[in-house]
Amino acid sequence: MGDALFNIPWAVILILLPLVGGMTCFLWPKVAKTLGLFTSSVIVLSVVGLAWKMIGNGIYRHAVGGWSSPLGIELYADGLSLLMLAMAALVGLAISLYSTAYFEQSLSLRFWPLWLFLLAALNALFLSADIFNLYVTLELIGLAAVALTALSGGRDALSGAMRYLLATLLGSLAYLFGVVLLYHGFGSVDIAILAQRVEATPIVWAALGLMSAGLVLKTALFPLHFWLPPAHASAPAPVSAVLSALVVKASFYILLRLWLDIFGPLGAEGVADLLGLLGAAAVLWGSLQALRQTRLKLLIAYSTVAQIGYLFLAFPLAVGDGVAAWSAAAYLALSHALAKAAMFLVAGNLLRFGGHDRIADLDRVVERLPITVTAFALAGVSIMGLPPSGGFIGKWLLLEAALVQGRWDLVVVMMVGGLMAAGYIFKVLGYAFTQADAPHESRPVPLSMEWAALLLAIAAILVGLMATEILPLVGIGDPFGTGGVKP
Amino acid sequence: MNAAFLYALVGVGLFCIGLYALIVHAHLLRKILALNIMGSGVFLVLVALAKRTGNAIPDPVPHAMVITGIVVAVSATALALFLMLKVAAETGRAELPEERGE
Amino acid sequence: MCISRWLLLPLILVLAAGLGYAVLSLPDQAEGLQKMVAAKMEVSGVSNPVTAVLLNFRAYDTLLEMVVLLMALLGVWSLGSPPPQPEPAPDPVLDTLARLLAPVLILVAAYLLWVGADSPGGAFQAGAVLGAAGVLLLLAGWRLHHGLTGLPLRLALVAGPAAFVAIAVLTMFKTGGLLEYPQAQAGILILILETVATISIGVTLAALFLGARPEHRKKQ
Repeated sequence: MGDALFNIPWAVILILLPLVGGMTCFLWPKVAKTLGLFTSSVIVLSVVGLAWKMIGNGIYRHAVGGWSSPLGIELYADGLSLLMLAMAALVGLAISLYSTAYFEQSLSLRFWPLWLFLLAALNALFLSADIFNLYVTLELIGLAAVALTALSGGRDALSGAMRYLLATLLGSLAYLFGVVLLYHGFGSVDIAILAQRVEATPIVWAALGLMSAGLVLKTALFPLHFWLPPAHASAPAPVSAVLSALVVKASFYILLRLWLDIFGPLGAEGVADLLGLLGAAAVLWGSLQALRQTRLKLLIAYSTVAQIGYLFLAFPLAVGDGVAAWSAAAYLALSHALAKAAMFLVAGNLLRFGGHDRIADLDRVVERLPITVTAFALAGVSIMGLPPSGGFIGKWLLLEAALVQGRWDLVVVMMVGGLMAAGYIFKVLGYAFTQADAPHESRPVPLSMEWAALLLAIAAILVGLMATEILPLVGIGDPFGTGGVKP
Repeated sequence: MNAAFLYALVGVGLFCIGLYALIVHAHLLRKILALNIMGSGVFLVLVALAKRTGNAIPDPVPHAMVITGIVVAVSATALALFLMLKVAAETGRAELPEERGE
Repeated sequence: MCISRWLLLPLILVLAAGLGYAVLSLPDQAEGLQKMVAAKMEVSGVSNPVTAVLLNFRAYDTLLEMVVLLMALLGVWSLGSPPPQPEPAPDPVLDTLARLLAPVLILVAAYLLWVGADSPGGAFQAGAVLGAAGVLLLLAGWRLHHGLTGLPLRLALVAGPAAFVAIAVLTMFKTGGLLEYPQAQAGILILILETVATISIGVTLAALFLGARPEHRKKQ
């Protein structure tokens, strides 16, 4: 029995099940909510199953169609993929739980198929090691995300979605051009094979430039972040959570993979320094803008811009100590996903409660929605990087790497960023305790929505407490050491 | 340098022309068309360089990739066009707010 | 995106020069994967190398791509009712052309589908022609019968990706590999997949052209 369970193709389930779920929700809208919740739960179980399999067997590889690369496509999972899959599964479950209560009927039947397809695409992306396949999954994610953003239909949502669509298509095209150049330069689209064949020729530099530019645009790194705040702020709350937590991490994951295996070993230190510089600017600019916001969702969106900057600080630091810097980035990505999703769900709760998300008018919500405010506080702990949260572990690893390498400029940036994060988090929490000038009617918030937010925030803290168990899992297959994706 | 490279360079040119048009023009339809031209440029490079095999048969994998790419591009364009119609209906003009100087 | 035109133009020219230089630096001859594909053609089930790559060697990409197409339609439908459009004036030329061409296009689509196993052609080409037939009919004012706009339409749209997923699951049980066709049945499986895909692609493209979900049009 244990053997049979061990051999279930968990990775294939991760991709096919949400596809089936999405198509079924499209055909029979009545079962959408239950099927969506069920699918999300099975996805979490499948990630656990895959982790169990990988702890036993190491790297997971599956040649789709029986054709191994370079002719065919291979599914590939190592510790980094596993971390990303777990992130998507956990956030996905919370979002599904939240959405069963959030959307009313007509929006609900449009939401579920799109959401399940998005989950399938995310899983497919994290399990892929073929750069053209990554392009197709990237487009699938982009189109689903845009459609979900425009779901609430207002003027801001539609403009935000349009801008997002144009930006995401531009990013994908630039990425695709890079794929084209790499294929014609080296005869394969498989990352492991490219890693072996790649040499420092003009084609590789052109591909590096194009792919980095495209992926950086899709990850909303300063100064190409212009599309993110309007889109994330005007989307429905669970969609904003998905966008900030998962969708921007998908393009970052691809950039990370390409860097680790193909571009990094070529010694492109100038590019690494540039990315680090832009990351630092993002941390400072995003935090500053967050402090200035009067609407909660915009504040959270700008906080995402800042947190994404931290991820890019790992690039210059990885030149000196790869494993520490990249583990830090992976940990930051995971904890940010959990904490940021929790924050957006909190914003959704407050919106449902009071009908608005103006920070100054949060009328004593701490006594009327205690679960929600606790969720925000815990998520804020992770965003600020205070112990014992996941955010703390990530920032600590980054700080350590920066101190060891003498990068005092990055240390200062991280400190200032942390202070500013504390600034905007406490600003919101402060208003949560005060009475608004004009008290307004309140609508009840369903418990499932409050608990979904709280569970995510608790997970962000737990991830910090469990660092000694999680970090070895990330090391399966040694994604950050020399060698990268194994053939 | 043979004919394949000539087509590939045309593809590069289309990509760059499209990029310029995408950034410069404010009307959404022009932006969408610019993206399509960029896409065509990338596909042209992909297919043109596949001819370099040295015998009469070109490399079929880029051809398959282009078919996939065209379908993806058509899907994205359809969504973009409909979204543009909705934006125009809501705001009165087919342009993004900041382009209008709001 | 308010960058001065005069700053942008030289930047784009530099980009073009750089990319052009990179492209020209490629070797004159590079066989890519052509020989590898040719070596495996016998076991692929078809004799057109592009179809073999699309439907066998890299069928996973095709599966995802069918989902992308469906997703675009879902996105369009989820945006709600379309902005009101003026009814086209009745046009006898368009009407006659549609009546004459639609059956021809359907036949051409069927031919392209059938011949795709050995010559240029296949599911996507056939689906595009079928979609064109749909667009032509929609332009001439034809609409799908009310009774068919609910579940039957959705089934037709979903059939393509669903067939792919179904075959993926079945092959998982049979051979243990995702989308790994048993060699003897490869040709038949590819033909089935292509046929269902053609129908789905054609219907999806026509539905994308129409824009709104048919029920909505009824309510308007």
